[in-house]
Amino acid sequence: MKMEAIKANNLTKKFGAFTAVDTISFEVREGEVFGFLGANGAGKTTAMKMLTGLLSPTSGEGSVAGFDVYKEAEKIKRNIGYMSQKFALYDDLTVRENVRFFGGIYGLRRREVLDKTERLLEELELQSVEKQQVGSLPLGWKQRLAFSVALLHDPRIVFLDEPTGGVDPITRRQFWEMIYKAAAQGVTVFVTTHYMDEAEYCDRVSIMVNGKIEALDTPGALKQQFGAGSMDEVFLKLARG
Amino acid sequence: MYNPVPSAIKISSITKSFGKVKAVDDVSFDVRPGELFGLIGPDGAGKTTLFRILATLLLPDAGEATVLGFDAVKNYGEIRRRIGYMPGRFSLYQDLTVQENLEFFAAIFGTSIEKNYHLIQEIYDQLKPFKNRRAGALSGGMKQKLALSCALIHQPELLLLDEPTTGVDAVSRKEFWDMLDRIKALGISILVSTPYMDEASRCDRIALIQHGRILSLDTPDGLLRSYKKPLLAVRTASMYQLIQDLRGNEMTDTAFPFGEYLHLTTKGRVEEAAVTAFLRSKGHEKIEVRQAEATVEDCFMALMQ
Repeated sequence: MKMEAIKANNLTKKFGAFTAVDTISFEVREGEVFGFLGANGAGKTTAMKMLTGLLSPTSGEGSVAGFDVYKEAEKIKRNIGYMSQKFALYDDLTVRENVRFFGGIYGLRRREVLDKTERLLEELELQSVEKQQVGSLPLGWKQRLAFSVALLHDPRIVFLDEPTGGVDPITRRQFWEMIYKAAAQGVTVFVTTHYMDEAEYCDRVSIMVNGKIEALDTPGALKQQFGAGSMDEVFLKLARG
Repeated sequence: MYNPVPSAIKISSITKSFGKVKAVDDVSFDVRPGELFGLIGPDGAGKTTLFRILATLLLPDAGEATVLGFDAVKNYGEIRRRIGYMPGRFSLYQDLTVQENLEFFAAIFGTSIEKNYHLIQEIYDQLKPFKNRRAGALSGGMKQKLALSCALIHQPELLLLDEPTTGVDAVSRKEFWDMLDRIKALGISILVSTPYMDEASRCDRIALIQHGRILSLDTPDGLLRSYKKPLLAVRTASMYQLIQDLRGNEMTDTAFPFGEYLHLTTKGRVEEAAVTAFLRSKGHEKIEVRQAEATVEDCFMALMQ
């Protein structure tokens, strides 16, 4: 039976008089690719921090991978994967060192790290560059490696914060294929992006405006609802009111 | 007075290497006066290197470039006075306020905000509420508007904009392109780069660039018309399985996800019904197959192969 990987019920975060996230409620199903969209300053980052155990909510309820966002933040951190465009891997460590480092952080045994490293290098076809510093690799390789590293400890949920900027269209699709593959294996994928054409790759998307979730559905249904030809149009209509 | 030249930018066989990496490899193209020209390609394609050469900040290894009729190596002083350059990384003074940054850029070009206010008015009006805020504390979209204002304040004849919309949300992106239309209407030529293919349609002409080489140079419509492969949009209940199954089929040339659909190119024409029958035999549900129109991304991918 499929359960909810993420549940938020009236989740709210205030900073002083400012309400960054305003009573958001939604659920993400196991194995779903969920797009979390919003303009700069809409509250995406704050919401994401609450869902990854980095920030305690002001009010409302939430659970991630079955753990409570107030009381079990440490368990949440242990049971999710996280990758962002800005920070994912250490540029001055080699490919192999990065994998070992993150394996250690997530408490994998030495033997397990070794096995997983071999499998990962083979799957990504990175054997020939395993001793190169990650900083010297093409961006697309880095992104795929970072995604694999985020999945190293077999989390049930992975958070991707603007993961695929700046690469060529084929590399971008190879990345999405990795996402689909993980989802097909039951991993829940929670992804933020500024680029609305990326939103079209998600099973469902939510759009945040001024701290609230103003729309949530499949890309197809949202386009129909807003009489729009693309998610870009949907977004522009919503964000401009 | 504006002195018409045959080309705003003329690049002939420019090459530039960094160590073993050929960042720009024998690139030639012209930007016409008054044109909004887009350089479109991923990170590492050579876009920034080209901009730095045109902005006279970097010497090419070989080839020639003229900017507004001046040689980019010999007449760099003339060029620097006449262009506005917005580098990819935010390059303003983070610890000066919005107002101070703008005054600074006006002053070093020997002009004043008042004198050229008409050029930036529309953009700057949105920044005014924050004019005493330090530039470092602005949001991404606001930083971009300030950087554009600073690049425009000396009334340049040519704007060089290196990835101005990277990392900016969809609303700000659209506003930015609307602004470029209005700047163009003032007669200012614009060379703009972007990794986002959906921005191509906003340009008069575009060059697709990858690994330091130009893959194609055309109008956006011309590029789309030049796409000749049979192209189908396909969708079923399981995208992941769909990719695997289509790649395993003889008729398939390429199969890549394209948002909600998959774009399938085939070796020779294949009827939609044949694809549907194949997918049914593989157990797919909710099958949809139809002819598709190529996008800029389809073209880019075809040219990469």
